[in-house]
Amino acid sequence: MPDRALTIVLAEDSALLREGMVGILERAGHRVIAAVEDGDALVAYVRREPPDVVITDVRMPPDHSDEGLRAAATIRETHPDVALLVLSQYVADAYLPTLLESTDGGGVGYLLKDRVGHVAEFLRDLGTVADGGMVVDPDVVRQLLARRRDDGPLSALTAREREVLSLMAEGRTNGSIAEALFVSEAAVRKHVGSIFAKLDLDPASDRRVSAVLTYLRGTG
Amino acid sequence: MSRSGTVWSSLTGNPARFLFSAWPWRSLAYLASSALVGVLVLAVFLVVVAVGVVTSILVIGVFVLATIPALGVAVGAIERRRLRLMQSPGEPALLSPHPDLTGLTLLARLRQVRKEPGSWRELGYAILLAVVLWIVDAVLVSFVATFVGGLALSPLGAAYDQVMVFGWTFDSTVEALPFALVATPIALVISAYLLTAAAAGQAALARLLLSPTEERLAAHVAELRRSRINLVDAFETERRRIERDLHDGVQQRLVALTMTLGRAEMDVPPGEGLDLVKQAHHEAEEALADLRSAVRGIHPRVLVDHGIAAAVREVADRTPIPVSVEISLDVRLPPPIEAAAYFVASEGLTNVVKHADARSGAVVAWVRDDRLVLTVTDDGVGGATVEPGSGLAGLVTRLDALGGTLEVSSPVGGPTRLRMECPCQIEP
Repeated sequence: MPDRALTIVLAEDSALLREGMVGILERAGHRVIAAVEDGDALVAYVRREPPDVVITDVRMPPDHSDEGLRAAATIRETHPDVALLVLSQYVADAYLPTLLESTDGGGVGYLLKDRVGHVAEFLRDLGTVADGGMVVDPDVVRQLLARRRDDGPLSALTAREREVLSLMAEGRTNGSIAEALFVSEAAVRKHVGSIFAKLDLDPASDRRVSAVLTYLRGTG
Repeated sequence: MSRSGTVWSSLTGNPARFLFSAWPWRSLAYLASSALVGVLVLAVFLVVVAVGVVTSILVIGVFVLATIPALGVAVGAIERRRLRLMQSPGEPALLSPHPDLTGLTLLARLRQVRKEPGSWRELGYAILLAVVLWIVDAVLVSFVATFVGGLALSPLGAAYDQVMVFGWTFDSTVEALPFALVATPIALVISAYLLTAAAAGQAALARLLLSPTEERLAAHVAELRRSRINLVDAFETERRRIERDLHDGVQQRLVALTMTLGRAEMDVPPGEGLDLVKQAHHEAEEALADLRSAVRGIHPRVLVDHGIAAAVREVADRTPIPVSVEISLDVRLPPPIEAAAYFVASEGLTNVVKHADARSGAVVAWVRDDRLVLTVTDDGVGGATVEPGSGLAGLVTRLDALGGTLEVSSPVGGPTRLRMECPCQIEP
């Protein structure tokens, strides 16, 4: 059972996947208050009854391009406290800027659809997003990493610090990062502090989210 | 006959060879049939005009008269066939000045026919044939027949009556025979030249009026271009259909399957059963990853959603060597052009990885003078060629249809540079 039961509005045009996701979410104790088939219906529903989290597919009717993203941006404008989890069928970081433009804080996730199959991790990511964190799919992060250009504040980071930052972007906790890198949690905390210092982040904001945002935006 | 070349060269060439060639006989056949066709055309014209004028009090007459241009087209078709008599073997048949009208309704055909300058030239020829040419031909053929026939038969005629030819008078066969033996071959020779010259002249006139003109040829070229663009388009549409089918069908099912397996993992108690479920889950994910990369190669969604720059960057990111991408285009280009540019970049980068043994690559694109230029370069070993059936050859065809070009510069030892250039607009 999750720490808390979330109310969720789900937008997904494939009935097959919609049912599957509803099954997973409800089994985990969350409440899917609506499952809609397109972006307009999603925006309309959220306006009527804002949930804790909106989960939406990128591509939906009528044009099957990026309706889900546009709906997410609209929702972010009108309901900044609703967390957004965007699901995509493919690794395409071209969609990321739209998502990041819509947000200054956390509460945003961008995952590949098949992550839903890793139920436990998916539910953990959902929780992170609902708590105002930020989760970006590991494959997308990997792709961004490949494109990293060495200028801007990120160039000051060491290789290890970058590794830590990319794992932070995946929405991992310090404990989980320590496990992945085979180091102690204290070492991770040290790296994180050094990252915050090097990126010159405002201590008043959620620095973890700001760091990830800087990381994701600092792409060429 | 192939030795004889064209009718003109035969006419002015070796007389013996000309006289024993088929040309005089063909010319005779051409002129004689001209006379026949001419009379027939005249008759049909008269009937149509008469019926048209008489019934024009009723509205139907107008329609009858409206078919006259079509008569011209029909005459044109017959005459182009008949012209083969006057063509040397191997000479290509005359092309019709009309586009293919099959599939159109009768009314649409009439309308189309009336629009074309070619039909009016054909009608002009038909009228010329009906009013002038056939009479000339008939007179000429009958004159030649009487002339040669009269001379040849003069000994026979002299047996019955007095025969006068060119001021000579013959009273008996014996008197006429030597004359006929000398004069008939001369008459035959003269006739052969006369007939052939007349037929050749008339054929030249017919060829002039009945063949497609420059404008028709230009239209033909435009039509070919259009049909090529349509082909590329159809290909692109098909690609997208396949992409959509895979994406909305197979891919969704596989995702649903991984979800079900994910749920099963939570419910199945630890043991051999759970291990199998996990293995199945893993395999389903591998299948999904394979499918994802296949779909991406078919038609990248990012290209449609975010344009060429974003799509090329994605390809560059997947390329195992560092690739710099410099693409800044202010506007989106028409989809076929974006697709062509994308495939040049992705094919180019694929080749870099496969063959070039390069350490880095670069894709640069810009628009100048309303033309898109995109280059893919690497610092590899070079030696790339556009071989038939290769991906690059396909791209050449694709660009060709859009009015673009692809240059490959790849000296052995490198570096390799692909350069595509393509108009930013599609001009049919």
